[in-house]
Order: sequence, then structure tokens, then C-alpha cells
Amino acid sequence: MIKTMAEFAANNEMPEVLFWVGCAGSFDQRAQRITKAFATILTKVGVSFAILGKEEMCTGDPARRAGNEFLFQMMAYNNIQTLNGYGIKKIVTICPHCFNIFTNEYPELGGKYEVMHHSTFLQQLINEGRVRIKEGGAFKGKKITYHDSCYLGRANGIYEAPREVLKALDAELVEMKRCGSNGMCCGAGGAQMFKEEEAGTTRINFERAEEAIETGAKIIAANCPYCTTMLTDGVKSKEKEDDVKVLDIAELIEASLED
Amino acid sequence: MHLLQQIVFILCAGTAIGIFTKKVVEVRRNILLGRDENLTDQSGRRWRNVLLLAFGQKKMFKRPLPAVLHFFVYAGFVLINIEVLEILIDGIFGTERIFQAPLGAFYNVVIGFFEILAFLTLIAVIVFLIRRNILKVKRLSMHELDGFPKRDANTILYIEIVLMCMLLLMNAMEGAIQLKEGVGNGFLISSLIAPLFTGLSLDMLNIIKHTCWWGHILGIFAFLNYLPYSKHFHILLAFPNAFYTRLTPQGKMANMPEVQNEVLYMMQPELAPTATDAAPVQHRFGAKDVMDLSWKNLLDAYSCTECGRCTSVCPANITGKKLSPRKIMMDTRDRLEEVGENINKNKNFVDDGKSLVHDYISVEELRACTTCQACVEACPVSIEPLSIINQLRRYLIMEESNAPQEWNLMSSNIENNMAPWKFSPDDRDKWANEMEPSA
Repeated sequence: MIKTMAEFAANNEMPEVLFWVGCAGSFDQRAQRITKAFATILTKVGVSFAILGKEEMCTGDPARRAGNEFLFQMMAYNNIQTLNGYGIKKIVTICPHCFNIFTNEYPELGGKYEVMHHSTFLQQLINEGRVRIKEGGAFKGKKITYHDSCYLGRANGIYEAPREVLKALDAELVEMKRCGSNGMCCGAGGAQMFKEEEAGTTRINFERAEEAIETGAKIIAANCPYCTTMLTDGVKSKEKEDDVKVLDIAELIEASLED
Repeated sequence: MHLLQQIVFILCAGTAIGIFTKKVVEVRRNILLGRDENLTDQSGRRWRNVLLLAFGQKKMFKRPLPAVLHFFVYAGFVLINIEVLEILIDGIFGTERIFQAPLGAFYNVVIGFFEILAFLTLIAVIVFLIRRNILKVKRLSMHELDGFPKRDANTILYIEIVLMCMLLLMNAMEGAIQLKEGVGNGFLISSLIAPLFTGLSLDMLNIIKHTCWWGHILGIFAFLNYLPYSKHFHILLAFPNAFYTRLTPQGKMANMPEVQNEVLYMMQPELAPTATDAAPVQHRFGAKDVMDLSWKNLLDAYSCTECGRCTSVCPANITGKKLSPRKIMMDTRDRLEEVGENINKNKNFVDDGKSLVHDYISVEELRACTTCQACVEACPVSIEPLSIINQLRRYLIMEESNAPQEWNLMSSNIENNMAPWKFSPDDRDKWANEMEPSA
């Protein structure tokens, strides 16, 4: 059973880490699979963690990026009240947008926590030997290409941790032409996820998916629920959904855990 | 005769520097029309950025070929200035090659080095002209550059060709004169072409040499005064711009303390200041016009050399949307210049019924941004188009309530359901209940 922070607090206990799920991870059916995969990893390797459950709210990222500062400040105020109320020290999240806003934008509003994105968290668990990958796993020798999300990569300079995690799978990592700090956006950031694109010659996710498919990889590894959705749609638009799968690194690790 | 030349020279130099200074003061005034922002903390890291980004051109080397060519021109600009110093001293005091005697044989090495730089600059500039006008490299020939920007770019390159040719030709004439008298001056590049001119009379050689000397220095004076009107202003402003560049992670969006406090006082009225406290200055929310932006945004606009690296990596632009980060910077500068003209004419800014948003930058452009920061990452001189985009978007939403219907829905969902989609907050942890109990 996954316990909420309220349940921990009721027993006067503190988990090792708070798992901030985020809205996509909570409600979106595709993203829920990422959430479940990550929660499964944490449970299997014995990391004590809690979720906020119904007390979690949108961090306000899409509102702020769209330009609605009032709404962002409201959400931030409420979230910080909740987190500080529980005395939260450490947060791990599967969403780079939540990660960025906790790391860079909540501290000056009074919300100061040690924040980790799940790719860095997984890398640590692997390094510490807590997460062990089974020999000859499903992805051994398979071509995987990694898509840098903007809010993990350029926004916070995290390029290596997710790649290190993928290396643990013994897969063949192939890079797209635009990768690392030159990585191309999936098209969802800045609240674009919630509106139709402006008129253009193509869609951003189509362009990016095409680039990923061109690497010949059978798996596109992502680290962001929005990227996962956008790239999955992009792959479908090229009618490659049977050959090329878009998976979050948590899903890849969960499928390769030692029994 | 010499004295007359000196007087003419001093007058020319004085006029050139005077007019330039006046324009720079005006540009500074324009930049300071922006909102206050303190960017002088952590001076160690800031000087490091000046060294790495401006002097070291670190970010240019993401694209090696243009970087190397640009480095030649840049090194030429920085180092040939030492020779310009000599020319200035010679011009004022009527001397000839004042550094030659004290430096002795080393002088020839230095001039030889400058000549190599001048030659490399010449080559680089010719390649740049070919890239712009014959190969038509995409980012250098997009429609947003039609008209003045395109002419401006070519003008700069032509002027550089003329200046470098004059410098080399002047030295070659001197070499030819000395060849006629015995041995040449041995300057590395110009001595190669000097023998071509030994057929000319001594008088003729002297005339050409002096014409080149004057042409070169007058060209520099003219170029100096062209800079503030041109994209080429970056050769000066890249340095302060690197110093004042942001030091926080690129993902951090600027806070709006006035909104933060408003929300705080709404939630905890006991913290609200009493009526006796001084009321804070009320700004417009976000930015409608250039005066609402930070002064750093405006310095950015003057520092932009329209290279288009930002636009060439912008996902919106790549997929055919109207947004172009370079155009955001060009529009900001154009509007700021217009506001500056307005102030020159009327002493204070008189409302002209125009603004940066709508009249220069359309809502459609602003809406297309994914805030991916590729433009910021790409800029060799740390310009942040995204910062301007974010502030203009804030204005649109908070002052004009101008949002697409889908964003209004998203906002009301966040407000009422605590998530951007219309799901019940009660279902937020539904996934947890669906998990296998054994997990």
C-alpha cells in the first residue's frame, strides 16, 4: 500500500522522501504508468516514501508560463503551506516541470526543499546498489535514443544522470542529431500542452519524433510525462507506433529490475 | 603643411569621438528607460563570464566553421586597435610610426602579425559575404532581415574589406618606397605585394600611401559612428552584456514580488501593511512596451547582432510558426529607438499610441513559445529573448485578459480542480489504489 503523508504524520513518522507525482502522473492514463513504475521501484528496493495524495495540487507551472502569475502564486502558496506543514525536507518527482519549479522558483517564496528528479534519484539508487538490474534484461543490446526534456536539460543542466541510468540497462544508446544542450523541445512546455499549436508547416512533436525515428532506435527514452505524450503522438503520426516505443526511464528500469 | 594635417586630423578625431559619445549617451539613456534590476552581485562569476563568453567566445564554438572565421575578425578587431592607437598618436603629433623606434626589430614582428590578422579578416569577411549572398545560409537570409538588416550586414562586411585593404595597401606602398631605396620593410603580407608597385613614381607611391592612411583612419571614424545604428554595435556591447548576464539556472522565471505579496495578504490578511505604511510603487503587470522591460532586456536588444542562432534552434520557428526569437530582439530595439526619438523630440516620452506588443510583436508570435530556452542557450552573448516573451505574455494575460480559450479552461481547472485538466481532485491518488497490493 502506498501511504500518504497524512498517514505518516498520524503515526509521527517521516518517510525517507516525498514522492511528488504531479498532475500528469496522477490523472493522465499514459503518465499513470510512469507513476506506477516509479512507485513499484521505490517499493521493491525498500525506499520509504509518501505521496501527498489528495492534498497535492498543481505547482502552477503552466499557469506561470502562460503568464498567469496570480494563479501561480496561489498554487505555490497552498503547496508550500502543505509541504512546510508536514516539515518536508526531501522531494522526488517524475515531472521535470515540477522539479524545476521546486528547485528554482519555490525557494524565494518560502518553499525550500532538497529536490530530485527521478532520473537522478534512480541513478543514485543504482550507484548505491539498491536498484539492481537483472542480467540479460529485455533491453540488452537494444537501440535506445534519449530525448532531453527542456526543463531537466537546459533549464537545470542535467544531461548525464538519465544517460547513466540507461547505461545500466546494457542497451546501445544512440544520440539524436539535436541532443544535450542542443536538444529539441517536444512542443509541450510553456503551457503548450493545453492548447492547439499556432499555424505552421508541421507540429513540433512530429518534427522531433521524426528525428528520433531516424536514429533507428526501437525505444525513445523520455524523462517527462509531457514529452512521453507528445512523442508518442509524434511516432503515431509517422505510423511507427508498432516499431518504436516511447517509454519513461522509470518504466525501462522497472521492467528490468532483478527479481 | 604638417601642422595643417595635424589640425585636420585632430578636428576629425574630435568630431568623430564627440558625435559617437553623444549617441552612446543617448543609447545609455534609452537602456535606462527599462525597469531597475540589480545585476552586480557575484562579481567574480561575472568577470569570468566576460572572459569566457566575450573575450573567449566560448559559445561561438558550438558551430566551429563560423566560430573560427569570426575569431579571425574578432582578433583583428581587438588587436589591430593597437595599431590604430599608433595611427592616432602619429596623426595628433605629426609623427610617423611612433612605436617603430622604441620597439626596434620587434616592431616588424608585431606589424607582421597584424598583417596576418588583417589578411585572415579579409578572407573571413569574403566567406561571410558568400554565405550571406551566394550560399544564402538560411538563418542569414530569412525574410525578417529584408530591407535595412540585410543592407546593414553587407555594409559592415564591405567596410571591413575596405579598411583591411587600405591597411595592407598602405604598408605595401611604404614597402615599395623602401624597395626603391634599397631594401623593403619586410612586413609579412604587404611585402609580398610591394614589388608590384615599384614601377610607380616615388611621388605617386607617397600619395597612395597617405591616401590609404587617411582613408583607413577616416573609415574607422565613420565606422565608429555607424556602430550605434547598426547590429554591429555588438562588438562593444557584448562585453557589458556578458558581465550582466543572469547567473541563475536558465529554467528560473523571474518572480513578481508584488503579486506574491498580494496573494499573501489575501491568504493572511494580518500580514497586510496598514494604511500608514508607504504604498508600494504600482507597475503595470508584465510588459506592454519597452519601458516595462528590465534595462537588461534593453541592453540585450542593443547587443544583438542578428546572427539568428536563436531562431535556427527555436522549435516554433523550425516548424513554421511566426515566432522568431531574433525578431523579438530586433523589434525591441526598433521600438526602443522609436521611443528614444520621441524623447529627443519632445523631451519626455509622449504617448504615440503604439506599444511593443501588438504593434511590433504579435500575440500569435508570443503564444507559440514553448519556453524551451533553446534561444537563450544558443546566444553567444547571453541574450534572453525568452525573458521578454515571458513578460509580454504576463501583460497579455494579467492586463488584457487576452488568452486562448483553452488556456482559460486550463486556468479554471487549476483553480477549481487543482490540476490543468478537468478531473476530480478526489481521483488524484486513484492510481495508488489500482496498484497491486504486493508492489
